[in-house]
Amino acid sequence: MLNKRLDRSPDLIPDPPEAPLFTSVDDVCARLAETGYLASPAVATTVFLADRLGKPLLVEGPAGVGKTELAKAVAQVAGARLVRLQCYEGVDESRALYEWNHAKQLLRISAGRDESWDETRTDIFSEEFLLPRPLLTAIRGDEPTVLLIDETDKADVEMEGLLLEVLSDFQITVPELGTVSATRRPFVVLTSNAGRELSEALRRRCLFLHIGFPEEELERRIVRLKVPGLTEALAASVVRVVGALRAMDLRKAPSVAETVDWARTLLALGAGALDETVVRDSLGVILKHQDDIQKAAAKLDLDAL
Amino acid sequence: MTEVAERITGLVGALRAHGMRIGTGESVDAARAARELGFADRELLREGLAATLLHGPGQRAVFDPVFDLYFPRAVGGPADAGSDRDELRDRLAEALAAGDQVMMARLAAEAVDGMGGYGSSPGSDGFSAYQTLDRLRPQTLLARVRSDLRGGNGDGSGGGFADRLLDDEIRGRIEQFRRMVGAEARRRVAERRGRDEIARRGVVPTADRVDFLFAGRDQLAELRRAVQPLARKLATRLAARRRRAARGTVDLRRTLRSSLSTGGVPMRPVLRRRRPVRPELVLLCDVSGSVSGFSDFTMLLVQALHDQFSKIRVFAFVNRLDEVTGLLDHGRADPDGLGARIRAEATLTGWHGSSDYGVALGEFAERYGAAVGPRTTVFVLGDARTNMSDPNLAAVREVARRARRVYWLNPEPQDRWGTGDSAAPAYAELVEMHECRTARQLSALIARLLPV
Repeated sequence: MLNKRLDRSPDLIPDPPEAPLFTSVDDVCARLAETGYLASPAVATTVFLADRLGKPLLVEGPAGVGKTELAKAVAQVAGARLVRLQCYEGVDESRALYEWNHAKQLLRISAGRDESWDETRTDIFSEEFLLPRPLLTAIRGDEPTVLLIDETDKADVEMEGLLLEVLSDFQITVPELGTVSATRRPFVVLTSNAGRELSEALRRRCLFLHIGFPEEELERRIVRLKVPGLTEALAASVVRVVGALRAMDLRKAPSVAETVDWARTLLALGAGALDETVVRDSLGVILKHQDDIQKAAAKLDLDAL
Repeated sequence: MTEVAERITGLVGALRAHGMRIGTGESVDAARAARELGFADRELLREGLAATLLHGPGQRAVFDPVFDLYFPRAVGGPADAGSDRDELRDRLAEALAAGDQVMMARLAAEAVDGMGGYGSSPGSDGFSAYQTLDRLRPQTLLARVRSDLRGGNGDGSGGGFADRLLDDEIRGRIEQFRRMVGAEARRRVAERRGRDEIARRGVVPTADRVDFLFAGRDQLAELRRAVQPLARKLATRLAARRRRAARGTVDLRRTLRSSLSTGGVPMRPVLRRRRPVRPELVLLCDVSGSVSGFSDFTMLLVQALHDQFSKIRVFAFVNRLDEVTGLLDHGRADPDGLGARIRAEATLTGWHGSSDYGVALGEFAERYGAAVGPRTTVFVLGDARTNMSDPNLAAVREVARRARRVYWLNPEPQDRWGTGDSAAPAYAELVEMHECRTARQLSALIARLLPV
């Protein structure tokens, strides 16, 4: 332990990775925009820093603001392969790290009957019988990799402990094989819906980014990009109405995905401008609870629904 | 570079003083972020430092004003001072109509410089956001900005339907301007009195650290908005505790099934899940003026957790006691009006209006004694200030005997229990009493004390 500390002390502040993905914050913005992801300054800055400082990026925010999309866009920009670990209650080592292929090992043992035990033992615990799961896959590769750990808050607390080694040192210890270290650090994105408070230890190892609902101007650009047929004026009104709904105290505030859906619906309905009937008929696209719809109708002076 | 290092450590120190846990590693990361981003763009630097130093979205409300103090937008007063009030209002109306943030910030600086100054001798002088806003009265510009906007857009290019929202949008912009004035006044005062002092005292703490007894209306409203997310977190935590508690005997079928992956050797026994019995909860809430903010918040929180329990009953009292479970059910649609409705519709007071724990608890034991059984956990919420009347310890003893557990949550600081008319020590001998002054303490207590 002491040795390890001494070895590490000179590079306590490691230099930026040898081949950073981005040259500047503006570069992040421009290149993400090419893939169809319009980033706010906060998002672009944090992605830039995550790349430069070589730290994992923890993204929180309400559903449907593009947390997962961000990881996909970064992967596309960097020409990297995307490795995804979807977390759920009860996800464990054998789903996240690696697993021994028991069936194959049994076959191997029964195939080599006349071998000595020592030969067999060294053989069945070799790479051939190892089934790599997302975390190991992401660390082992030589090509650029984006590792997406999705919905981290759904996983159990024990799983976080497992992630700590991976996220701080980018290495995984397989008892039978030794320690596998990353030859090339993956760009790690963790997402969370804040369903559970993630542990301090995990947060400490990450850059924290909260993606909220976008500013009006940015959202207008997003709508225009995703729904090209929509007129400028209609897009502006859509964004304004959604913004007003978010300011209300609703059970489920409409998020960007809902704005885009609504814009698509309006386009399909052939509406040229927002008016009472159109809004009343399509309010169900953005609001998912009956209470919310009634509240919004009162707010927007719609006749009773 | 040492100057920058000093700023960053100063910033970190101020954030720590507001209760954020920031380690040295994060400070180093912040410095590296500053090196990568440079100081040309202040907003980029703000985002960069936020990304490296913060751990949760709630901390941002404290971080932003503190950042503004340590990395100010400008130094000293604005260059072109001297415009009078009416001219300033004209320009503000224009900026509000256009939604021009840069112009609004500049006007805020001019307004604070021109109207916010008070005192003349060095040491006692300063700048007041309150005084600035009181003289400028930006809220009275609403009608004018609205007519400007309507007039400008009258020729068909306007939002049409979306113009219904115009008033709210303008109000939002005015509110934004008020915040800018506040930030500007803080900055100017900090130049006189020293940054560290103002950063620690002048910045409002996050809502979950505000003392219930001193919380303002805005903060209580903000707390109420936090009820749903908080309840979701607590529910997850309770579910996890319940899962851990609900392990029973070996489930043979599932053990054999899972042993297939280890070649038929049952290495990990699978345990049978016990059928969960959901506990019952009874809440006794003092809703008299002094502690109503605390009780309202707790009632809403417990209501939001309702699917974790087989039965919740809520009683409110001042000096008489009445059941308000039904009111609370409807309260979900309109949490802000809950307190007022409870006081209007339930019989809570007898001949006088001040709280009397003895009579109320006695009435509970007598009339609703059947609500408490061996599976019930009782929470009493209140400051235990009985206005010098009999605390009626016998009633509490009776409730404690029947219930599975009784907890008392007291919103007063522990060193004030027993002072004046407080009967807290007497009650604390009979039931477990906990100090519960902030939303943060409350959620920690609920997570720990709620039965699973």
